Amino acid sequence: MDLFEYQGRDLFERHGLPVLGGGVAETPQEARAIAERLGGKVVVKAQVKVGGRGKAGGVKLADGADEAEARATDILGMDIKGHTVHKVMLAETADIVEEYYFSYLLDRANRTFLCIASVAGGMEIETVAEEDPDRVAKIAIDASKGVDEAKAREIVTAAKFPAEVADQVVDIAVKLWAAFVAEDATLVEVNPLAKVGDGRVLALDAKVTLDENAGFRHPDHEALEDKSAVDPLEQAAKEKGLNYVKLDGEVGIIGNGAGLVMSTLDVVAYAGESHGGVKPANFLDIGGGASAQVMANGLEIVLGDPAVKSVFVNVFGGITACDAVANGIIQALELLTQRGETVTKPLVVRLDGNNAEAGRAILDGANNPLVERVDTMDGAAQRAAELAAAGK
Amino acid sequence: MAIWLTKDSKVIVQGITGGEGSKHTKRMLAAGTQVVGGVNPRKAGTKVDFDGTELPVFATVAEAIAETGADVSVIFVPPAFTKAAVVEAIDAEIPLAVVITEGVPVQDSAAFWAYNVAKGEKTRIIGPNCPGIASPGASNAGIIPADITPQGRIGLVSKSGTLTYQLMYELREFGFSTAVGIGGDPIIGTTHIDALKAFQEDPETDAIVMIGEIGGDAEERAAEFIKANVTKPVVGYIAGFTAPPGKTMGHAGAIISGSAGTADAKKVALEAAGVKVGKTPSETAQLMRDILS
Repeated sequence: MDLFEYQGRDLFERHGLPVLGGGVAETPQEARAIAERLGGKVVVKAQVKVGGRGKAGGVKLADGADEAEARATDILGMDIKGHTVHKVMLAETADIVEEYYFSYLLDRANRTFLCIASVAGGMEIETVAEEDPDRVAKIAIDASKGVDEAKAREIVTAAKFPAEVADQVVDIAVKLWAAFVAEDATLVEVNPLAKVGDGRVLALDAKVTLDENAGFRHPDHEALEDKSAVDPLEQAAKEKGLNYVKLDGEVGIIGNGAGLVMSTLDVVAYAGESHGGVKPANFLDIGGGASAQVMANGLEIVLGDPAVKSVFVNVFGGITACDAVANGIIQALELLTQRGETVTKPLVVRLDGNNAEAGRAILDGANNPLVERVDTMDGAAQRAAELAAAGK
Repeated sequence: MAIWLTKDSKVIVQGITGGEGSKHTKRMLAAGTQVVGGVNPRKAGTKVDFDGTELPVFATVAEAIAETGADVSVIFVPPAFTKAAVVEAIDAEIPLAVVITEGVPVQDSAAFWAYNVAKGEKTRIIGPNCPGIASPGASNAGIIPADITPQGRIGLVSKSGTLTYQLMYELREFGFSTAVGIGGDPIIGTTHIDALKAFQEDPETDAIVMIGEIGGDAEERAAEFIKANVTKPVVGYIAGFTAPPGKTMGHAGAIISGSAGTADAKKVALEAAGVKVGKTPSETAQLMRDILS
């Protein structure tokens, strides 16, 4: 889960990192109140989980509460790369003397964590790494040892931080690592980490990603979730414990296993190329069990998407044999009828694997005019795309 | 021979008394696996009956090894206890630990991996969030359905469970030496490269299927390894060509970050290493069929 900047700032503050005073507002009036509390000049920043907001006009300076209210009025409701701005953060301003970059992140390739630090901050670190690789230090962190003062000194030396800020950066490096571990983060990024006029080093931005798998030991993290941005179908699926991602096509997809469902999306997209360009409408993994209940929940979500014109149910019978899956599909359709849902969209079902013959026979025997059986994944994708194109 | 798991492997189950643990212990036994016991400190000293096979429950992995000679542990404990279970298996120096559990915090996986490295990597870790390893006709450690395919001479390594089953099913006419599901998490123990190396060295494997998906650059690194080290034919399949960036697609590790981790980049890297990459699972199976027949 990616946090908003203001959530990251608050998290940093809780862990003792030096940040500027600030607050978050959803209305110009709230922005005004925060500006009054902070006093003097403030910066008004759009809260969106996408880069490049400064260029898009989402970051403005304001001198006093009146201007802050006006700037917040401008920024709230703005569209930045498809993200609507619902909140602005107001923060004290700083007279920046130097800008640095500092982050801890997951290093998948080396199965550990990595620190990236640079004295060239304030811009995209990827750009710095490309144009001036000597100015970007990458230091592996041993997950069992973490970052103590000695390790922090190693980082500061490797990144060539100026001597006058070294002690402060060491302190920040140690505290930021402590926050990274304590919050089960997979990324903490400070850009810029800035030296200001009075010599202090401050975290002026905060980008934080938290590990959702660790949610069980962080009950407080749930409150950080941005419910307003979540697609209503994704939210409904989550409440039912289903792994669903909304996409923008017309062929609803239900399958078992993340890899098989991803593969199904691809196969449907290829098939769509010869059927009016129809595309997959969603990712939905109903997992290994594929019981009638879960299948019914899945169908309800997928059919709840008005863009869906046909549904492709793609199941490989492994531990749950195909006859059980076929019964599950038939019962799921009955369950939906009982729930008062009228199913009118065609379902293309492909069953393969354990007990495939028996499963197919059950589907044929049920004689449901909406259910069409195709025995290969590629063939079923073609048929589902064809039906979706016809229904458009 | 197969790799890492043979008919002589002696398997214990950490979490044998739990729902998933007991269900799959029964299935592993039915597949002919030598399951010799389980671990649960709260039920140590008791026995569990699996359709007539009584298995002893031990307090620790070390005790289970001492009593049974076990050399493989399959771990089914919940995410909150997985790190401790894997650390215990590493401390007991069991040669192979298969971590089935889904939803393990990535800092825990990083921690047990670092611990394993510090202890000299005496334990091969597969997973977490994986279906396990199966050597058809010989032994089955995990949740891969045992009856998809007979024993044969294809090796398979995959990030995805159901795609593993799909490809095993499509190529069941040839059979498999070993199928390894390495898991879809960002940090995993055994990698594509580890499995490719073992299959290259295995005299009973003639050809290799490699299945990848979006996220990270494990497939790109595997491609470099293949180019330099693998002489056996490899066919590949990558899932997620149409996945949008920034969205996690089911597996915690299956996410395109910016422009990194795309299926296209992986396909290009594999093809540059001489790997034939199928557009669909069926086409991938056909590529392998063309090589073997």
